[in-house]
Amino acid sequence: MKANCWIGNKKVRVQDVPEPKILNRRDAIVRVTSTAICGSDLHLFNGFIPTLESGDVLGHEFMGEVMEVGPDVKNLKPGDRVVVPFPIACGHCRSCREQNYSLCENSNPNAWMAEKLWGYSPSGLFGYSHMLGGFAGGQAEYVRVPFADVGPLKVPNGMDDEQALFLSDIFPTGYMAAEMCNIRPGDVVAVWGAGPVGQFAMKSARMLGAERVIAIDRLPYRLELALSRGGATEVLNYEQVDIHDALRSATAGRGPDACIDAVGLEAHGHGALFALDRAKQMLKLQPDRPTALRQAIQCCRNGGVVSLAGVYGGFIDMFPIGAIVNRALTLRAGQCHVHRYMRPLLQRIENGEIDPTFVITHRLPLAQAAEGFDLFVNKLDGCEKVVLKAA
Amino acid sequence: MQEKHSASPNVTKTRAPARPQKRRLQTREPEALAPLGTESSISAVSEVESDRQDGRRNGLAWLSVGLGLAGLFAPRHLARLIGAEESEATTWTLRAVGGRELVCGVGLLSGAQPANWAWARLAGDVLDLALIGTALQAKNTRNDRLLVAGAGILGAASLDAYSAWRLQQGSRDVAAEGIVVQQSITIARPPQDVYAFFRDFQNLPRFLSHLESVRVDNGHSHWVAKGPLGSTIEWDAEIVEDRPAELIVWRSGPNADVPTQGRVQFRRAGEDTELEIELRYDPPAGEIGAALAKLLGVAPQQQMSSDLRRLKQVLEVGEVLHSDSSIHRGMHPAQPSELSEQISKEVRS
Repeated sequence: MKANCWIGNKKVRVQDVPEPKILNRRDAIVRVTSTAICGSDLHLFNGFIPTLESGDVLGHEFMGEVMEVGPDVKNLKPGDRVVVPFPIACGHCRSCREQNYSLCENSNPNAWMAEKLWGYSPSGLFGYSHMLGGFAGGQAEYVRVPFADVGPLKVPNGMDDEQALFLSDIFPTGYMAAEMCNIRPGDVVAVWGAGPVGQFAMKSARMLGAERVIAIDRLPYRLELALSRGGATEVLNYEQVDIHDALRSATAGRGPDACIDAVGLEAHGHGALFALDRAKQMLKLQPDRPTALRQAIQCCRNGGVVSLAGVYGGFIDMFPIGAIVNRALTLRAGQCHVHRYMRPLLQRIENGEIDPTFVITHRLPLAQAAEGFDLFVNKLDGCEKVVLKAA
Repeated sequence: MQEKHSASPNVTKTRAPARPQKRRLQTREPEALAPLGTESSISAVSEVESDRQDGRRNGLAWLSVGLGLAGLFAPRHLARLIGAEESEATTWTLRAVGGRELVCGVGLLSGAQPANWAWARLAGDVLDLALIGTALQAKNTRNDRLLVAGAGILGAASLDAYSAWRLQQGSRDVAAEGIVVQQSITIARPPQDVYAFFRDFQNLPRFLSHLESVRVDNGHSHWVAKGPLGSTIEWDAEIVEDRPAELIVWRSGPNADVPTQGRVQFRRAGEDTELEIELRYDPPAGEIGAALAKLLGVAPQQQMSSDLRRLKQVLEVGEVLHSDSSIHRGMHPAQPSELSEQISKEVRS
């Protein structure tokens, strides 16, 4: 079958690889119909996440048709259309029973690797490095889905792939980022990054009652999308204004009630500190580049919440811990517990509260995955979100 | 080897040859440690031995430092004490000897390559004996004092030789000191269930990666461990203590090639079970010992941690979870492979 493989830094290629097989009793094999390139795939592409191997099949946002199920999967049958959450979760361990699915204790066969880097291991993920399990991803014609009785959500008849696809990651991820902000009516929420996750975070913040949502980015087309479709009430371009000053005056000196970092470890910025961060990252002195996170912390109102939707993998320098401590900020983070949000968010889609397709700018066949990565990573042709059609 | 494992964040650690560490288990439930095997618990044995070794090494080190300072800063007093001729030549000789002793002492105390420093001390002892011999032939010496000093050096030399030999054994041959692995994990099942699964030793190879099979027969069990190049290491084991839902202690029978002991303890934690396992292998020196040491891997602690995680998977989700890379020995890209086909047949059958 065809699968998009990571070959090396800044290089992916669609290759022929063997078809996946049932390896465990609760597996399913899914024929992928639609898959997407995630912003976090770009961190893999650019080589910022350790423990990748040449030949790893990428992709953790995907959906398709069930072809085969293992002997212990009773709730799915061949022919079912499903969308699959990106964290792999067993459904039985303590974390799963507490609905912290991305912390599943049984789904990472390479947990020892993650323990070396992070102290303890989170769940395994599809197509996201060996320290997160070494599972082949969904940018392929077929994919093996472990614990298929727990993760996959059946897509209602008549619903398009594109309506359901983002339930696999970016819609729930943006939603959880907003939920972690404990939004109360009248709140002002600032969102760093108007990429796909940022757009869903903004939209979700509005759904959860935020009165004003301020989008921060440097790309005019993304800020326009935030205003027109993403639910932002105001936008700020950090290349044109000083963000701290602008947020301060926009909130009459208080600062936003909550700040969401939907950027992650490859943030852009300007000034000496950004140059230093970038240099340190290139020299491998600092794995993650926390420009957006630092700014979000500095800008948040006293006692407010800083919520992380962006991916960080390792360590950062110059962390403004003083602001957090002295201004009683709350920092919240986590890979999204997708399983927890899929059904309620599907409901919102069915109710017409949101049309998740608004982020899609490019549709390509799976065979052109490398071109999709190029468009997305270089922000070419107004690229916001690339969907790959596998069938 | 040790230092590497301590990087692992797990609660417990390998305690084979070197430094003893505080144990969680002891503080929580001291009586549980008592009953294993001979006179004390398996871990206590290795701790006592390594304490002794540390003590011996440190004694020699401080002796070196003391002599070194005396030689460097009070060579004339030292000369008088040992009955040597009080001359300029003696003074400088004693200063040189003192400098050497100080270096050896600090080297030993640093803990880096202690065996080499102990051997260096022994070489120094031989040199000192030669110096005493020379001094005995000189005039203006007190031969009675020189002979006492010589006897002292001979005593120190024998201690140095023994210590160097032991230290070298310790660093060269882990097996000689026994391999002790201790790990723990929390499992979301009540202690009765976890105990019952474990008590059926035939289940152990499902998660203990170095075991090939365990056959149970009339209260005795026959264990087969994987050896290198398809060989096996086998032993019979008997249960020493068995408290349902609490504790199982077992050890190999008298004729085992590789004497081995094990203990697993189950503690209720809410609705879950905290399981703590401790295995000890005392492989003989030579081929079998080396084979077993190799088999248990360079990181037995990490291996056991992964083994327990598999136990948790079996008990919580019913089987060991595979990924596209984990089914391969060594590294393999995260993509399906021909091996998947084989495993798939087993799952479906």
